[in-house]
Amino acid sequence: MKPTNTQNPEYYHKVVDCQYACPAHTPVPEYIRLIAAEKYTEAYMVNWESNVFPGILGRTCDRPCEPACRRVRVEEEPVAICRLKRVAADNKGDVKQYMPQGPFTPNGKKVCLIGGGPASLTVARDLAPLGYEIHLYDEQIAGGGMMRSQIPSFRLPEEVLNEEVNYILDMGIQTQFLTYVDSLKSILSKNYDAVFVGTGAPKGRDLPKLPGRKEGDKFIHIGIEWLAGVAFEHNKSIGKRVIVLGGGNTAMDCCRTSRRLGGKEVKVVVRSPFEDMKASPWEKEDALHEDIQIIDNHVPLSFEVLNGKLIGMKFQKVKALYDENGKRSLLPTGESDVLIEADEVLIAIGQENSFPWIERDLGLEFDQWNMPVVDKLTFQSTHPKVFFGGDAAFGPENVITAVAHGHQAAVSIHLFCEGKNLRERPSPYTNLVSQKMGIHEWSYDSGIAIDQRFVVPQAEKAITLKDRKKEVELGFDVQTAFKETQRCLNCDVQTVFTADRCIECDACMDVCPTSCITFTANAEEPELRQKLLVPAENHTQDLLVSEGLKTGRVMVKDEDVCLHCGLCAERCPTSAWDMQKFLYSVTKAYQMPEPLPQISK
Amino acid sequence: MSYLKPLFKHPRLPKNKLGYTLKEYEGSLSTLCAGCGHDSISAAIVQACYEMSVEPHKVAKISGIGCSSKTPTYFLGNSHGFNSVHGRMPSVATGASMANKDLLYFGVSGDGDSASIGMGQFVHVIRRNLNMVYIVMNNGCYGLTKGQDSATADQGSKSKAGSINPFQAIDLASMAIELGASFVAQSFSGDKQQLVPLIKAAMQHKGFAFLNVISPCVTFNNNPGSTKSYDYVREHIEATSTLDFVPEMPEIKASYESGQSTSLALHDGSLVQLNKLATDWDPENRISAVNALQQARAKQEILTGLLYVNSEWKDLHGVLNTYHMPLNRLDESDLCPGEENLLSINASYR
Ligand SMILES: Cc1cc2nc3c(=O)[nH]c(=O)nc-3n(C[C@H](O)[C@H](O)[C@H](O)COP(=O)(O)OP(=O)(O)OC[C@H]3O[C@@H](n4cnc5c(N)ncnc54)[C@H](O)[C@@H]3O)c2cc1C
Ligand SMILES: Cc1ncc(C[n+]2csc(CCOP(=O)(O)OP(=O)(O)O)c2C)c(N)n1
Ligand code: SF4
Ligand code: SF4
Ligand code: SF4
Ligand SMILES: [Mg+2]
Repeated sequence: MKPTNTQNPEYYHKVVDCQYACPAHTPVPEYIRLIAAEKYTEAYMVNWESNVFPGILGRTCDRPCEPACRRVRVEEEPVAICRLKRVAADNKGDVKQYMPQGPFTPNGKKVCLIGGGPASLTVARDLAPLGYEIHLYDEQIAGGGMMRSQIPSFRLPEEVLNEEVNYILDMGIQTQFLTYVDSLKSILSKNYDAVFVGTGAPKGRDLPKLPGRKEGDKFIHIGIEWLAGVAFEHNKSIGKRVIVLGGGNTAMDCCRTSRRLGGKEVKVVVRSPFEDMKASPWEKEDALHEDIQIIDNHVPLSFEVLNGKLIGMKFQKVKALYDENGKRSLLPTGESDVLIEADEVLIAIGQENSFPWIERDLGLEFDQWNMPVVDKLTFQSTHPKVFFGGDAAFGPENVITAVAHGHQAAVSIHLFCEGKNLRERPSPYTNLVSQKMGIHEWSYDSGIAIDQRFVVPQAEKAITLKDRKKEVELGFDVQTAFKETQRCLNCDVQTVFTADRCIECDACMDVCPTSCITFTANAEEPELRQKLLVPAENHTQDLLVSEGLKTGRVMVKDEDVCLHCGLCAERCPTSAWDMQKFLYSVTKAYQMPEPLPQISK
Repeated sequence: MSYLKPLFKHPRLPKNKLGYTLKEYEGSLSTLCAGCGHDSISAAIVQACYEMSVEPHKVAKISGIGCSSKTPTYFLGNSHGFNSVHGRMPSVATGASMANKDLLYFGVSGDGDSASIGMGQFVHVIRRNLNMVYIVMNNGCYGLTKGQDSATADQGSKSKAGSINPFQAIDLASMAIELGASFVAQSFSGDKQQLVPLIKAAMQHKGFAFLNVISPCVTFNNNPGSTKSYDYVREHIEATSTLDFVPEMPEIKASYESGQSTSLALHDGSLVQLNKLATDWDPENRISAVNALQQARAKQEILTGLLYVNSEWKDLHGVLNTYHMPLNRLDESDLCPGEENLLSINASYR
């Protein structure tokens, strides 16, 4: 193999598994260390700079970072990354002083944002400090998009949402709430320099053809509409017996909300087996904990209506079969159909995009699925002035993805307004600093706690089920949070190897607790992977290959299960290994001047 | 500075016949200088014991004084150990072996420990052909006391402070052969490919197995002009052979060019396969082995590999024809002859 090019920032970036997996690439280990140092304000700002909504995400994020966490590969459970984020938010001091301070000198450009969800708000945050005049339209009464209308208050208290939305709106954003945009043409006629569409995926799927749908309409609701109704206090109660159709997170929010509005026997009925349900495992757990029954392998057949009143639903029992490719089919078991009694039904089987307000003669192309054609890198549509992001761009995802899109769209809009090529994107901000403090001393805590993941405490069910606004999770207290921070392996502290210093004493290879390092004759990657002390079978992880050494061999390090414990560097007599902290901050339209607060000891 | 090794290990770390991974053969985190050759030798011992699936509780590590003699703390953490006085490891090992011949004995020593203060003991333990593996971690200096020249430092070798060693070096390998050691090998801490099979063969050898391992002291003797530095050793090393240790009678014979390959059978039927690189040398012939060593020395080469082996000679227990059971397992019923017998024994002396 060729020597690894560690000059390419993507190499070390990939080693930081959590950060790499995070759509917005939040520098996770950096903020975890700040929390350990009780620097909650700084930890919050590291997050805010990157993901804009630390308090919200610390409670609601889909956490793609956690399954990616290195800890999973050397132990069982990932670091509670998401809940540590909340600790920063819960314990922070005055963060506003570190945010860009308006009023900003106008740059003479005007940008329109349609929709006030996380995608649009991120664009606003990134462009406002550059002097853009920003007009934001949303049909709701306040900003936040689905974070306000969909995510229930028992998971996300309104104060937390308002606080973080307002940090952005306070930057001088001109908002027009309660304003539904019904024509893109009219917006374009207002001579904006650019328009960003962040309208989400607002349409809930229905089961229009299922018998009884029309007759029972009064008792049947579309999940996301019903949740919005609850959030805006139009719906204050629900029948005692509720069926929720669907197995995703929306279904979980529907059933848990039902329990709080008077639902006593709440049943989630889903076509797939329990294990295959789309909902996150922790959402399912929380639902079960609230005495919600999850009935899997049941396909809805009809709504049963008697004398104009819904009495329940009929289901067919199925079982899942998987072919060699893992593709699933649901086959009827042959057992007789089941009637499940209910007073009301919530349909939570998915969302769709819908753009009835975009005229089709503006030069903005739609594809065969009626989705706008949007560039994956630049987020530009085929109408050069119009950009998309969040759920509106490629279908429903989550808040952190919307934020990531927002940052990239803001970069594009800025380049566009400056007449530059949108494909020549500025490089990310990176930094690589040695952590050496003495011969065997590091400025990071290199020891590794063997603790198992700590559990976040919850409020009593008896209390939370009575009040839909009462937050269920209490968050870590700072002592537990500290212990949880110690589980982090500091994957951003990189093992940096300098070949011409190595005297091939083997000390690093011998000491490495997880057998990551091998000195061997070079070979092509597949063979080299097999030749290591422990064959490198996780192909998603890279090999760090050195330049040729004096004996003609090369040093090969499998990044897979490196603990970043620094022992290789401690045992190296020549400092051929050094532990260096790598910081990677995604390209943004507005780079904060001091990109991230640092730990000072 | 880390004092503890993380408890984590590679999730796919292979296991040996006993179901143990390499980890079960490791010791605590070394406190030797980073890059010390001794640590590599420790790692080679760990590797050899793991590969041979030895039961850790059937091993005893005995050492004297020196950085080298500290290493038993850093390998085989689940085995017995005795850190004795300077140069006195052989007599402790002899005593231990006499008491319990069932254990595998690793004697770990340094060039100071063996070639200076412990020379008398070294000589006699060889003469007795004690069944043990005797490893000298040879760095040409007294590492622990800050690098004074030892008796194995080559004449003309330059110390870190710049002084030239005026004395001739004691060649421990030649001497061991001369004294009648039944297994003599030489190696380099930086060459595990050679060292690990040598240790494995030494463990299987019944009798005194001597390993003189050049092991650079990175702190006090790794300077230019030293003949025990990593660079110097790598440049002057001359392997007698490449070798493979074959624990049981092999089914497939490794194919070597004819005339070059020799198999040496050890007591228990295991084999050492040698692919000879040095000509005019027969590892089963003392004179030829000593010759090869002397010739290499004249050429300023460091001859490594298995130099000499004799599987015929009896070890100390064999010579003394000791009881078949280890002495420490004999209890009163085995040892007390009974009143009647005692009386007749006593009577026989009257
Ligand atoms: C029930 C439910 C629970 C969820 N829970 C989570 C969770 O826990 N964690 C998570 O990460 N994600 C969750 N999501 C997904 C997440 O809410 C969305 O992915 C995210 O909010 C998308 O952000 P966005 O900025 O693209 O658009 P949205 O948040 O959807 O915001 C779009 C906004 O645009 C407005 N709008 C739309 N059309 C127009 C128009 N023509 N004129 C004016 N305004 C318009 C809408 O009213 C809305 O306010 C959940 C979704 C649902 C349905
Ligand atoms: C009886 C006695 N004399 C002297 C010493 C001092 N001393 C400690 S270690 C050592 C030399 C060790 O040299 P070596 O065996 O080569 O070990 P190294 O440290 O080089 O591995 C000496 C002389 C001692 N500890 N005990
Ligand atoms: S930091 Fe070094 S010693 Fe520690 S696990 Fe990684 S490679 Fe091994
Ligand atoms: S410890 Fe340092 S000098 Fe020794 S082999 Fe490893 S990198 Fe090379
Ligand atoms: S002084 Fe020399 S022999 Fe002793 S630990 Fe340090 S490098 Fe090894
Ligand atoms: Mg020495």
